[in-house]
Amino acid sequence: MAIDAKRVVVAGVGDVEAQRAHFDSPLRLRSGAVIPAYDLVFETYGSLNATKSNAILVCHALSGNHHVAGHYAGVEKSQGWWDNIVGSGRPLDTDRFFVVGVNNLGGCHGSTGPSSPNPASGKPWGADFPVVTVDDWIRAQASLADRLGIDSWAAVIGGSLGGMQALQWAVDLPNRIRHALVIAAAPKLTAQNIAFNDVARQAIITDPDFHGGHFYEHGVRPLRGLRLARMLGHITYLSDDQMAEKFGRVLRNEGYSYDYEIEFEIESYLRAQGDRFAGVFDANTYLLMTKALDYFDPAHHCQGDLALALAPAKAKFLVVSFTTDWRFAPSRSREIVYALLKNKQEVSYAEINSIFGHDSFLKEDPQYHALMRAYLQRVVL
Amino acid sequence: MNTLARADFQVIASWVEPGERVLDLGCGDGTLLKLLIEKRGARGYGIEIDDHNVLAAVSQGINVIQSDLEAGLSGFEDASFDHVVLSQTLQAMRHTEEIVFEMLRVGREAVVSFPNFGYWKHRLDILDGHMPVSERLPYQWYNTPNVHLCTIADFDDFCAQRDIDVVERRVFDEGRLITEEHNFLGSLAVYRITRR
Repeated sequence: MAIDAKRVVVAGVGDVEAQRAHFDSPLRLRSGAVIPAYDLVFETYGSLNATKSNAILVCHALSGNHHVAGHYAGVEKSQGWWDNIVGSGRPLDTDRFFVVGVNNLGGCHGSTGPSSPNPASGKPWGADFPVVTVDDWIRAQASLADRLGIDSWAAVIGGSLGGMQALQWAVDLPNRIRHALVIAAAPKLTAQNIAFNDVARQAIITDPDFHGGHFYEHGVRPLRGLRLARMLGHITYLSDDQMAEKFGRVLRNEGYSYDYEIEFEIESYLRAQGDRFAGVFDANTYLLMTKALDYFDPAHHCQGDLALALAPAKAKFLVVSFTTDWRFAPSRSREIVYALLKNKQEVSYAEINSIFGHDSFLKEDPQYHALMRAYLQRVVL
Repeated sequence: MNTLARADFQVIASWVEPGERVLDLGCGDGTLLKLLIEKRGARGYGIEIDDHNVLAAVSQGINVIQSDLEAGLSGFEDASFDHVVLSQTLQAMRHTEEIVFEMLRVGREAVVSFPNFGYWKHRLDILDGHMPVSERLPYQWYNTPNVHLCTIADFDDFCAQRDIDVVERRVFDEGRLITEEHNFLGSLAVYRITRR
């Protein structure tokens, strides 16, 4: 293929394959429950250097997984969820870094989770799968780092719930993370955030096909509940401005039909999003992920003093928020920044102008990506 | 910006001791902080609102907080910095008095530099019937960001009326230190101020 030399060649990571790591040692969870053994599926992009100092962990958010970048050979529409930022010449430059994506414990993309068989019964765990917290994830991810021979991550990076994991890494394992990139996150959820999560959970739990979380053995899935949960969640990921711009009050047909069928484009869009998601995601994992969000509060054990909670961190921080994100607004990111400043810890903070609401962290905004690129250049390997 | 040659930068650098903590308000591309960190061993953070400057500062390895100074420094702890610097920005602030008080709350000491409106060339321009346009005030009346210009005498009064001590003042014209008739001969003033 001819390459125009005048253009900067920015290549994706191409075809990728997931890998699986099995862990035999039991994992004691924050809740007190114990997972006797577990699998984590993960993907890697780029090469681990000789000193194993160039590894970046990308943590996923509520509905994400280990497939961060690249495509699966022969599978259409299989692009990773953050493909635009990972690759040769991209901000997470695979010429320089070894990038690792992992599906968290409790997930539904291959790592041990509610849809995996419970060794005690041979049937899917379902509702018996223990509630997993963000700090449980960090310990499971650390086991994967051990397996890969990575003593310390050059950086742990994530948006939303992924950003919370980056923050938790810095607090829990301060010697194993050199930079934390905390994007579109918050130090804890507000009552409003929890309220949205609970409505989503109620939609799932009250679906007649939920069967107390043991729907697998009934051969059904709580699609209606999961669809509603996703539709609700999706609204909170977008901004009012963006919805107005993209959909406004545009109708699918001319004039009002004075019934309850789909009329407005936004209704059509949200239902399609809900259907698509419900078709591929596990309802129990959705419950578990929202609960992990609700429980996340590193200052909980420090009488609410976030600075005290973050004091053990040795990492340098980049905190990023987006102007139209109302789910985790810039003010929530600033709470993290001010706590770090109070501790005289190293932090940079950027507030990116973007119309895409909470979802902005996944978009290819020039300022945002230039900032990520510039920050990662200061990472010493 | 003719950066390293900026007279106020050299003065500010001479006032910062190794290991001291500096907060640079409106830090631009981070050049002053880089100077303070590399030449004086300071530990610094910048505050900057402009996207391009934030990016430039991050590229220089500077810790920068993207924030609007007009909203004050809420979130910053009292007395958490040795020096809070406002370099040639005071005259462009809308909330002038508030930012000076905020600097003195967050910093043990504030460093403020501004173009002196009382500079003789500016006075000549006014006598000639025109708004001053100079190296330090390179804007026309209709496009200037400078909404609160003052003279050295004005700033002295401002401090005296608010129980603010002037620890030191250096005045320059075209990079040269001015030793007499500051308000007439100086185009740039650099102040070190503290709470009384």
